[in-house]
Amino acid sequence: MRKKSDIAQNSFGGRGDRIASYLIFAFSVAGVLLMAFILLFLAGNGLPVLKEVSIKDILFAFDWYPVEDPPALGMLPLIAGTVSATLLSSVMALPVAFLLAVFTAEIAPRRMRSGIKVLLELLGFIPSIVIGFLGMMVLAPWMQGALNIATGLNLLTTSILLGFLIIPLVASLSEEALSSVPYELRDASYALGATRWETIFKVVVPYALPGISSAALLGIMRALGETMIVLMVAGGAAIVPRSFFDPVRPLTSTIAAEMGETPVGSTHYHALFFAGLILLLITIAINLASYAIEKRGVRQ
Amino acid sequence: MDSDKVQIRTLGLDLYYGYAHVLKKIELDIGRRAVTAFIGPSGCGKSSYLRCLNRMNDFIPSARITGRIELEGMDILSAETDVIALRRRVGMVFQRPNPFPMSIYDNVAYGPRLNGIKDKERLDEIVKRSLNAAALWDEVKIKLNQPGTGLSGGQQQRLCIARAIATEPDVLLMDEPTSALDPMATARIEELVRELKEHYTVVIVTHNMQQAARISDMTAFFLLGELIEYDRTARIFTSPSDKRTEDYISGRFG
Amino acid sequence: MSRTRQRRFCDRIMTAVFWFCGAALLVVIAAVAIFLFNRGWRVLSFEFLTQPPKDGMTTGGILTPLIGTIQLIIVAMLTALPVGIMTGLYFAEYATDNLFTKVLRISIRSLAGVPSVIFGLFGLSVFVVFMNFGSCLLSAGLTLGCLSLPLIVTVSEQAFLAVPQDYRDASYALGATKYQTVVKVLSPSAASTIITGVILAIGRVAGETAPIMFTGAAYFAPEIALSLFEQVMALPYHIYVLATSSTDVNATMPIQYGAILVLIGLVLGTSAIGVIARAKLSHRDGR
Repeated sequence: MRKKSDIAQNSFGGRGDRIASYLIFAFSVAGVLLMAFILLFLAGNGLPVLKEVSIKDILFAFDWYPVEDPPALGMLPLIAGTVSATLLSSVMALPVAFLLAVFTAEIAPRRMRSGIKVLLELLGFIPSIVIGFLGMMVLAPWMQGALNIATGLNLLTTSILLGFLIIPLVASLSEEALSSVPYELRDASYALGATRWETIFKVVVPYALPGISSAALLGIMRALGETMIVLMVAGGAAIVPRSFFDPVRPLTSTIAAEMGETPVGSTHYHALFFAGLILLLITIAINLASYAIEKRGVRQ
Repeated sequence: MDSDKVQIRTLGLDLYYGYAHVLKKIELDIGRRAVTAFIGPSGCGKSSYLRCLNRMNDFIPSARITGRIELEGMDILSAETDVIALRRRVGMVFQRPNPFPMSIYDNVAYGPRLNGIKDKERLDEIVKRSLNAAALWDEVKIKLNQPGTGLSGGQQQRLCIARAIATEPDVLLMDEPTSALDPMATARIEELVRELKEHYTVVIVTHNMQQAARISDMTAFFLLGELIEYDRTARIFTSPSDKRTEDYISGRFG
Repeated sequence: MSRTRQRRFCDRIMTAVFWFCGAALLVVIAAVAIFLFNRGWRVLSFEFLTQPPKDGMTTGGILTPLIGTIQLIIVAMLTALPVGIMTGLYFAEYATDNLFTKVLRISIRSLAGVPSVIFGLFGLSVFVVFMNFGSCLLSAGLTLGCLSLPLIVTVSEQAFLAVPQDYRDASYALGATKYQTVVKVLSPSAASTIITGVILAIGRVAGETAPIMFTGAAYFAPEIALSLFEQVMALPYHIYVLATSSTDVNATMPIQYGAILVLIGLVLGTSAIGVIARAKLSHRDGR
């Protein structure tokens, strides 16, 4: 796998050097192995469910009653829950994050800017359980009363909270992309008589677009994979939502809620791993897309 | 200088960055449709002065400015001045070529579009005329839709000049426009500057004294924030009246 | 001229929108912070931190979950650090542009995006079931270690890359081998940056709940775990349990807010130290 020249370059100091370089190489293999094992074990534990239920029945059936006999393992409601919560939260949060990033990078006074950057970064560290807790204790009851709806634990509440989760992440990554736009470009635009707004939107943002898109994708991915918030506030009903106020049961919360009470090796156990596999494949796809965008941005 | 030939008149200009006194009591008249060069060692204030002329110093929070600069009677530094309209009349070309990451066409059309020109035919005409005036049209006419960043350094700088004159300014400020270019590209730009003065007032900051001697009509020598000497270029380079100017142009410092 | 006025107007409006957005962020954060502090500060005391939960978790403190979280962090870091730093070193110093490097880079990148609940499934199937460790401190710690691996790799790589090339050249010019250069020159100058990054990774790991739910976090454990093969309570999971399945919600409410404050303090405290240390470092290096 490694050419001779690689080894020569990495170990010109004789045997001791070669051993060190092999050791470091061996440790690095762990990263690949880990990713491979995750795929392997998820597939190994998830695919057996297909022996009992067809893939069509899993992906397109509406009924999720995993503990009945025989179990109904239609994941369409769960997938719908994941997709709807991710989409709704992205639609609400990404514009806000974008505005915040532009504000921080382009408009805020210099001293305020570094303050906001630190603040955004620290907010990104807030554990999701804290946001879920606040949603459950404060936002959900308030929404239930204020909007006079059946339950505050629903799609809308979840999406709002997921939005708060991803805003700091997306805002700080986008801010980085905006700040890395060369100063000469802004100067050129101003010197042509552009206003600040025109400069931001015609020159700075287009230049930073690859970075901003990649940040947005990472945010979407984060919302997609978030577990604790949806577990606490999504309401947990395995239905395809018809309104913003319907409770939902996304894939992540299904796994978290049911895995604890499932016997190892049962069909239900395999079905939950299969749900995990679906989730994993979606995130890997989004991740590779954002990687590709970033790379293209660098080349430009 | 006859007052009807003066385009920009500077009276008692002082500029501070924080506590640093960058420009001291500058008095200077810049002539219409002529090339005026600013020379002097690094940090002498020549670029800072240039940036006063289209108020690019506004972006430096600590900058403080007193005195008066008039562009044909209009007070450039006044708070009431429309900076955006000012910058349309006073174009600028920067040290490093900085085309926007968009097509050659869009680069040149950027300024006119800001001013509300949407008509395709008019834009085409403006782009062609500006690129022609910047001596770039023949090289790029078949690839107007390719990115401006793909051109060579010298071509990029001429694209920036085309972009600056597309808004039909009266004055063109150039901040060491050839310092990032090779000798061949530099020669092209210098030739272009000599042509540009037919239609525009050109103010150029340069590190290179030979360049000033080659292309300018008037030369101003700055040292430590002061305007030491300002005269016809031929005079500055043959018989300067100030000892410090003589020392500088004969290479004794700087 | 009216066109200019229109453009200027547009500029003002947008600037106002941006300011509003920035201000809204600050207001929301301040409101939440005040709210939480207001609800939780009364229970915060020395006893709260040093007593285990009592009476079906309706009174007492949070000692066991707090210690459990720290134990989990230690196990996680002991696994992730050697592998992560070595991999970062590989990327920065040893990697050549070959297929393996590409695969490794994509793997690490993908790992960074794997949802935490998937790490939970992975930990369950590998450590708990396949390796038969059972649900315990070791399994949960290893799971968190896997989760933090990409973070550690990224910070280590950046730390090694940030060492100026001159140092390497100087060392090689003196006849040092690559290994000697790495150990004597690169590691000392990269160490402080790596430590900062590790502190940030700890801040990230401390609040994770989903990966430990079925790999080793206990609903309730009467005592602090003394072996790697015992279950542990963990602060974030404890909060989840209290909030969703406590026997007496009203009695535990103050404890919940107190525990939330401690968790936030722990996480933000560590990450703030990391962020400040990083700022200091970059200041020192003039970067």
